[in-house]
Amino acid sequence: MWASLDELKSVLEQQLPGVTVTVEGAVLYVEPKNLVSVCRYLKDSERFRLDYLANLTAVDYPPERIEVVYHVYSMDKKHGPLPLKVRLPRAEPKVASVTPIWRGAEFQEREAYDLYGVIFEGHPDLRRILLWDGFQGHPMRKDYVVEDQNVLEGGPA
Amino acid sequence: MSATTAETQLLEINLGPQHPSTHGVFRMIATLDGETIVKLKPVMGYLHRNHEQIGEGITYVASFPFTDRLDYFNAMSNNFGLALAIEKLGGIQASERGEYVRVIMAELTRLVNHVAVTGFLLNDMGAFGTPLLYAFRERERILDLFEAASGSRMMCNYVRPGGVREDVPVQWLERAREIVNNFPIFLDEFETLLTENEIIQQRAKHVGVLPKTLAVNASITGPMARASGVNYDIRKVDGYSIYPKFAFKVPLGSVGDVYDRYYVRILEMRESVKILQQALKDIPGGPAISPKGQAISKAPRTFKPPKGEAYGRVESPKGELGFYLVSDGSSQPYRYHIRAPSFINLTVLEDMCLGQKVADAIIILGSIDIVLGEVDR
Repeated sequence: MWASLDELKSVLEQQLPGVTVTVEGAVLYVEPKNLVSVCRYLKDSERFRLDYLANLTAVDYPPERIEVVYHVYSMDKKHGPLPLKVRLPRAEPKVASVTPIWRGAEFQEREAYDLYGVIFEGHPDLRRILLWDGFQGHPMRKDYVVEDQNVLEGGPA
Repeated sequence: MSATTAETQLLEINLGPQHPSTHGVFRMIATLDGETIVKLKPVMGYLHRNHEQIGEGITYVASFPFTDRLDYFNAMSNNFGLALAIEKLGGIQASERGEYVRVIMAELTRLVNHVAVTGFLLNDMGAFGTPLLYAFRERERILDLFEAASGSRMMCNYVRPGGVREDVPVQWLERAREIVNNFPIFLDEFETLLTENEIIQQRAKHVGVLPKTLAVNASITGPMARASGVNYDIRKVDGYSIYPKFAFKVPLGSVGDVYDRYYVRILEMRESVKILQQALKDIPGGPAISPKGQAISKAPRTFKPPKGEAYGRVESPKGELGFYLVSDGSSQPYRYHIRAPSFINLTVLEDMCLGQKVADAIIILGSIDIVLGEVDR
């Protein structure tokens, strides 16, 4: 367990040289390039043992960024959930996949890819999951234009 | 005499999306070597309506009727989850009677879900009809209670931030007590029929084994995780609502096969009965909803939570049901995300099915207990 996020921040920065994390409110922001090392440390360290990824999703903040949110929890020590976030450029949202660390991310990353267009590098099988192959766009983005419900879809041209 | 080798080839077959054993519009692409599964890919999304996008276009309270349609077996638990997330976001206190009514409803929902899933599981094993009808007879009694309280059997739309929409009608608590007190009699009867039954023993033991480490790593929750021995029940670890007041145990399995998943659900129903008996005994008087909750339920547009975010989660009958809300200070959520247990529990479907027969895949899927309204959202 950690007394406060500031303490967690100092532990992380001490244990992982070169990594900087920022605390904003109740959230820990991690730089995308450090995500995997921070997650692996949080999962494997004797003290934290955050072995369970409760939730993974994305939030769109046009025009500049998309955030990916991870809620991690420890089944072993029963503490958490800790919200972790990464900020990604909206034009090219790319971040390393955490599926090799937590299998539970597999479908959730596919969902975030499907609905937000976030590319998870190193994901074993990054395909659309809820929408069909060939669907254009990512409908949960704030600037997605919903098609006119009053127009019937045309058949093949 | 020279030995001849038979040429075999892999066969790819589609199970679903229109197939009674897939419990809705769900598809599995299975690759078979003879009868043995060597690869299995789930395909979902046939019921996708972008529930999250709808939720971002309406007020917080207006999402309640939509949550009924997520896991349409457990409308009350879904309502409860969203109510908790909104309470966390807006700093709303629930009234004491409201909390009791919500817990009673959530536990009744657990009974409804677990009897139904057990009935369907037996259907999948080839015990057509009989166990399912026993289960549905009991389920219907509880749905009558829901109808009396909320006006609808399944689409209850009953729980609100701060309590419940309306107090339960007169005589309702007496009826509930009678049904709850008779429930263990039904369970004994059900278990006499099933637990040592040869069909279950032969079909379910050591089939679809999910090891404990994989269950944790793959974010499996609910009865499925507990059948694998993961001691994780949000009612205990978070102690949300008034659960810390009640004495109950968290049943755990040891092997993590289909049989354990069946039996953990039976034991959980017995624990739910204990919680219900305590709650129905101790329920206090007073308003069923707190004044602030009442205000935002009556005038949803006036509810503008401060900027921030909240992750509220409940132990739904299927596992961890989480609602992640981000507020930008307006009357509509900026982000509304649902962590659906059925969806994430499907992650390990392939792992459990590899090396098993096609008929086993059907009961493994049945033992996960999915509802497509929640998988596809």
